[in-house]
Amino acid sequence: MRNHPVLVIGYGNPSRGDDALGPLLLEGLEALRIRDRDLDCFDTLTDYQLQVEHAMDMHGYRQVIFVDAAVNLDRPFRFELLHAARDDSYTTHALNPAAVLAVYEGFYEIPAPESCLLSIRGERFDLGEDLSETARQSLDEALGFLAAHLMQSISPA
Amino acid sequence: MTDSLETAQNPEGLRRVAIDPVTRVEGHGKVTLLIDEDNHVHQARLHIVEFRGFEKFIQGRPYWELPVVVQRLCGICPVSHHLAAAKATDQLVGVDQLTPAAEKIRRLMHLGQMLQSHALHFFHLSSPDLLFGYDDEISHRNIVGVLADHPDIARQGILLRKYGQEVIRVTAGKRVHGTSAIPGGVNKHITREERDYLLGEIDQIIDWGAAAVGLAKRLFVEDIEHSRDFALIDTNMLSLIRDDGALDLYHGGLRARKPDGSMVFDHVDYRDYEQYIHEQVKPWSYMKFPYITALGKEQGAYRVGPLARINNCEFIETPLAEAVRADFRAFSEGVLMQSTLAYHWARMIELLYCAEGIKVLLNDPDLLSSDLVVKGEMQSRGIGVIEAPRGTLFHHYEIDDNGIVTRANLIVSTTNNNTAMNESIRRVANDLFDGRELTEAMLNSIEVAIRAYDPCLSCATHALGKMPLEVQLVAPDGSVRDSLYRHMDGTICQVD
Repeated sequence: MRNHPVLVIGYGNPSRGDDALGPLLLEGLEALRIRDRDLDCFDTLTDYQLQVEHAMDMHGYRQVIFVDAAVNLDRPFRFELLHAARDDSYTTHALNPAAVLAVYEGFYEIPAPESCLLSIRGERFDLGEDLSETARQSLDEALGFLAAHLMQSISPA
Repeated sequence: MTDSLETAQNPEGLRRVAIDPVTRVEGHGKVTLLIDEDNHVHQARLHIVEFRGFEKFIQGRPYWELPVVVQRLCGICPVSHHLAAAKATDQLVGVDQLTPAAEKIRRLMHLGQMLQSHALHFFHLSSPDLLFGYDDEISHRNIVGVLADHPDIARQGILLRKYGQEVIRVTAGKRVHGTSAIPGGVNKHITREERDYLLGEIDQIIDWGAAAVGLAKRLFVEDIEHSRDFALIDTNMLSLIRDDGALDLYHGGLRARKPDGSMVFDHVDYRDYEQYIHEQVKPWSYMKFPYITALGKEQGAYRVGPLARINNCEFIETPLAEAVRADFRAFSEGVLMQSTLAYHWARMIELLYCAEGIKVLLNDPDLLSSDLVVKGEMQSRGIGVIEAPRGTLFHHYEIDDNGIVTRANLIVSTTNNNTAMNESIRRVANDLFDGRELTEAMLNSIEVAIRAYDPCLSCATHALGKMPLEVQLVAPDGSVRDSLYRHMDGTICQVD
């Protein structure tokens, strides 16, 4: 459903501790949207992990923002521009975001929409664990940042 | 032959090679090889390095939450857990027979799940190995490489996967975290518009499914000696089977065949599974080793999944899939097909069956009925079994008078294949490694053997930075002699 120019994809398993950070950020964004209709510029999509079909979900958007938990971050969150890259990573059934962009470009034979990755610091990922305090604090900061970023992106130049 | 490599007689003095984690399978797996100074393999094991704690996660929850909450056990096959738990909770609420609409909606959801899972595995996880070879450049041996070199194949894989997910979305209400299957039925009916939307593409999906079977067979036959012998093991085969012997992925009795094709048991009520299957614990793995009780620990290991199902069934009810099943069985000259690489071929036969089965269900007028839920008398025990993409999946729950789960026992598909996967890597180690220097292609061969089973070694945690690959060489005195670390971007560095 492409109702807005920006797609935010938050991914992770909500029952695996800090892996829930991506889906939780989407919940936070939706709550902010209810309070501030000026923020109504994005669609959301959640999943356990990224796969090839997410390349098709991106089609038609001006900007795509991936949101994921990350270990070994030296700050609460990191926001970076993504470039399409072949998946040389040693992951499992999942793709990394840059590889999703590469699949997009291979599939549609056009450049992928401008895409960014918002990584949020987490530390515990076991089944049934709650969100860690570190992750909770990082989530708040990341949510504030992303809301401001989205507001800026829809402001008239 | 391979059993002798499970445990080395004199492990001290051997060098240890670890493939950690196994790539392009789900979760955290690790393979260790104990090798002497002359590179002779003395021990080969597939380890599961994470304790999953499914039962602990489930116990203490109310039964009505089960079909939803168990989806979080696995990000790869949540629909299979959703439906297995729903079948178990049907029994808890005293329902033996769903309404026709509810059962057909669940079956449709299940076929959509199988279709998208099989498409993902074949086109995106395995085809790079099969199309490019095990020794192809790592940077090329992936889905983007397939898109570049075989764009039509890659596109079909993506679109098959996408279609299966649309079937899930329509039947489960959402693409992920669906809530449709509930105790005693489903809570979402299918509209005529949704049905017609899915029907619009189904003939194309069937055509691509037929082409996928052709590709899988061609890749198997092209190098027939390798395909037959690679990771070859002889095992029993276990699956659900319909009353008349047809392939049935949603419901049936348990059938187990010996390697010679004779029956161990047949049409067993799966609620009695504990009488027929036991689980062995080994000190070096978190994952249990199930076996057929009547055959004992030594002879009772079995395989599940596409290879077992296509070997076990007598026919498939849809015409195109039945034709290719007969071709597959004729190829193995009447005996069970035991080649591990034949999993891919069998998987695509199932994919074609799913596509045809989806069309049959979409044209069934029962599907649009809104008679969706049945009620009964509460029971304290419920067991649901389903054929998940990777094989037979058991969910067993017991509840107290308040409906709270007091006992849960899950045997997931990959656990059923645990012994077989270990035997397969021992076969590869024995055939390829013995006495030779290790190469990346040889390590990948081990992984190719494991990937044929499409294992789900853990469940859906994937945070950035969690998936490096480390290879350690351990000296005879136990000290780490050398260590290589492969980063997320594929670069390799020496670890001091």
